[in-house]
Amino acid sequence: MRGIISAAGYLPHWRLQREAITQVLGSSAGKGQRSVASYDEDSLTMAVDAGRRALGAVPSANPSALWFCTTSPTYAEKTNATIAHAALRLGSEVIAADAGSGLRGPAAALRSALHSTDPAVLVLTGDVRTGPAGSVDEKDGGDAGAAVLVGAASADSGVAVIAEYLGGASATREFLDRWRSPGEARTRSWEDRFGEQRYGDLAAQAWEAGLKDAGLQLDQLDKVALVGPRPRASAALAKKLGAAGVEVIDSLASSVGFTGAAHPLLMLTSLIEQSQPGQVIALLAMADGADVFFFRVTDQVSGDSGTAGGVTVADQLEDADNTLLYSKYLAWRGVLPVQPPNRPEPARMSAAAAERRLDWKYGFVGSKDHESGALHLPPARVSFEGGNIDDMEPAPMADVAATVATFTVDSLAYSPSPPVVFAVCDFAGGGRLPVELTDVRPADVTIGMTVEMTFRRLNTADEIANYFWKARPVRGHGTAREQLEKTEQD
Amino acid sequence: MASHGIKDQVAIIGMGCTQFKEHWDRSTDDLLIDAVTDTLASAGVEKDQVDAWWLGTAQSGMSGVTLAAPLKLQNKPVTRVENYCATGSEALRQACYAVASGAYDIAAAVGVEKVKDSGYQGLNAFPIPTDGTQRTLTAAGMFSLVAPAYADKYGIDPNELRRTLARIASKNHSNGAKNERAQFRREMSVDSICAMPAVAGMLSVFDCAGVADGAAAAIVVRAADAYKYTDKPIFVKALAMVAGNGSGLADPEFDYTHFDECEAAGKDAYAQAGITNPRTELAMAEVHDCFTPTELVLMEDLGFSARGEAWKDVEAGAFDLHGDLPINTDGGLKSFGHPVGASGLRMLFECWLQLRHEAPEERQIDTADRGLALTHNLGGYPGDMVSFVGIWGNRLG
Repeated sequence: MRGIISAAGYLPHWRLQREAITQVLGSSAGKGQRSVASYDEDSLTMAVDAGRRALGAVPSANPSALWFCTTSPTYAEKTNATIAHAALRLGSEVIAADAGSGLRGPAAALRSALHSTDPAVLVLTGDVRTGPAGSVDEKDGGDAGAAVLVGAASADSGVAVIAEYLGGASATREFLDRWRSPGEARTRSWEDRFGEQRYGDLAAQAWEAGLKDAGLQLDQLDKVALVGPRPRASAALAKKLGAAGVEVIDSLASSVGFTGAAHPLLMLTSLIEQSQPGQVIALLAMADGADVFFFRVTDQVSGDSGTAGGVTVADQLEDADNTLLYSKYLAWRGVLPVQPPNRPEPARMSAAAAERRLDWKYGFVGSKDHESGALHLPPARVSFEGGNIDDMEPAPMADVAATVATFTVDSLAYSPSPPVVFAVCDFAGGGRLPVELTDVRPADVTIGMTVEMTFRRLNTADEIANYFWKARPVRGHGTAREQLEKTEQD
Repeated sequence: MASHGIKDQVAIIGMGCTQFKEHWDRSTDDLLIDAVTDTLASAGVEKDQVDAWWLGTAQSGMSGVTLAAPLKLQNKPVTRVENYCATGSEALRQACYAVASGAYDIAAAVGVEKVKDSGYQGLNAFPIPTDGTQRTLTAAGMFSLVAPAYADKYGIDPNELRRTLARIASKNHSNGAKNERAQFRREMSVDSICAMPAVAGMLSVFDCAGVADGAAAAIVVRAADAYKYTDKPIFVKALAMVAGNGSGLADPEFDYTHFDECEAAGKDAYAQAGITNPRTELAMAEVHDCFTPTELVLMEDLGFSARGEAWKDVEAGAFDLHGDLPINTDGGLKSFGHPVGASGLRMLFECWLQLRHEAPEERQIDTADRGLALTHNLGGYPGDMVSFVGIWGNRLG
């Protein structure tokens, strides 16, 4: 049986109310809200967060390939996926590559993974949807990451499939609907009606072929997710499904927005999370063509937290800061350039130094002295307790919760979004790191607060994106809090 | 297996110190020439009589050429040293050891920093290529971690501690107002300091050292030769130095209320000098008040106050100009700013004046006849710093 082994969505902490855009620009930006990546997040960091959840749910599954999809890549020329590969600490034998820069990347990568003979393939997606003030991408877009681990169930390794792949189909035809030159902020588009009708035709074609491939009748379906940059394109199909009693799940348009290359897998994750064992579900993704995938949810789904790490898309819809100022949003995206602090900008990182410390910088792996047990962050060769030399083992700390021992708020330090909130963090079971906090308002930080690590982009210098880890508050959900409570009980 | 020290083997016979300020009209070369010229005149020796030179500068120049070129020294050894904010003291320490060893008869220590040419406020370290994971907090941010930790440990209301810290700044401003070489010469009340907006933790800019250019220098000879040059030499009693191993950053045991490197350097210095009760034996101390919580904690690290008691001693005025142990009588880093290479020697210059009863009347301390003064520097961050402690005396024995 081949299908989805685990799936996870990542929604950033911040939400922008569309009303906040309306108030500034005058013309209505619509109702609801969109998700907003923080200033230190990008398509890669959000994909990594989702990837950590997806992999964390199934520790025994070892993907042999990682495909990364985004329309907002950090780099051209250089492969982005290898950064996620490092952050997820995948083995050097695992291929990591970008699956194209267009919106259709995720459907292609998912199809490829489902048709592959690899025991497990990790598909990561992430996107930051932005554009000029008042643009469709700003109003109706959202930022997110999503990950699915695709592969075969294996009794030997104990890997199960939560959604069995039943079949699918694609339809492709070149037409010009939405386009953007590399490096540009603005996406241009042809007249709406043209794209809507072309997508409508392609969706219908793929849908019928997919049903046939999967050997399904319409009335066997339970839930469907329809995904694409043109919500009206699938209206006819949605009507048909509704008439047949098939549920079309919420597209997240009013709560998150259309998250571009992240949206197909975010919706697939949400679809699985909302489904019961035995239900037949479908994902229809429309992006320069149409791709449909049919699955049967297995009894390996465990209620509302079955996909990954207990953090569902629904959890993240509730657990957000809904009060982001439009001005802050514009500044974070660079649409509104703001005066930086009058401090020297950070120097670029050294590629050689970063590569020597790959496991620390990208994987957040410290070292632990065998004799004293003293934990060293960053890793050290000589123990600060006992002084033993080269008697350490790696100490992976990315998934270990910490508590704030003391903290400060620094308005003088250079930051893309001052002030810097900084805390001395003590990790459960040992280890300390003074580190920057993120996704937090200064007034909400307290001594004793529980935090977890998150992979972020600290700054950019000489066009080099400098990634490392920060700490963020553990909110209502998450494995970190459970782990800390467990450690305290132990 | 201990530091033996060189008590009473070496003496300082001349010193000079420029005004510390925003020297827009003075280059590094100018500051070096001014400080050295004054120092040679103070010692009554010619430039060519100095056998070897040590130049302390953190980032205003590299190599001994930085000093040899502007002074046009002829075939002399000049060593540039750097040790964070203890850079000036480190230059002096090397010069003292060189004379004590017998290698040279006369040595000079010079410290300089041209901070104000960078175009940015504050001190900014030049970048060394790294993996990009280093924290980006300012020094103010790092030292601001001390205040809440101290308040929490000793059960002090943060608002009360805020006033105690302001009192430290106010005292140093008051002393600096009486010093023509100081950058800031305005008295500041506790209330006005407390009213300033916070920029890092509870600290405002008035809790931070100023930023200034400056230079200072000293000439050292063997103690046996000192009276040939002056009837009031200052003898080197102790030179202690600790470079921390940074474990405070990684060790959950560290609680941000003390600086182990400073405590260790202090103990070593007291042992070298034969001091058992620094609070009563010292006439004064110049300590590294880069931020107000630093000076507070140093009172305990250097043994002037019991642990958890420094804030009470500060409030009681123990460290005021006419208190029982005057601290930073020249105004400290608070009034002088912190040209890194020069600060340690600037502190020594104040001890030089006070122990020789040559400080201006309005800030001459009452306790000078105790005959011993201490200078202290730290550089780095809480949990990860270097520290220097020197002890100086106006008589042998």
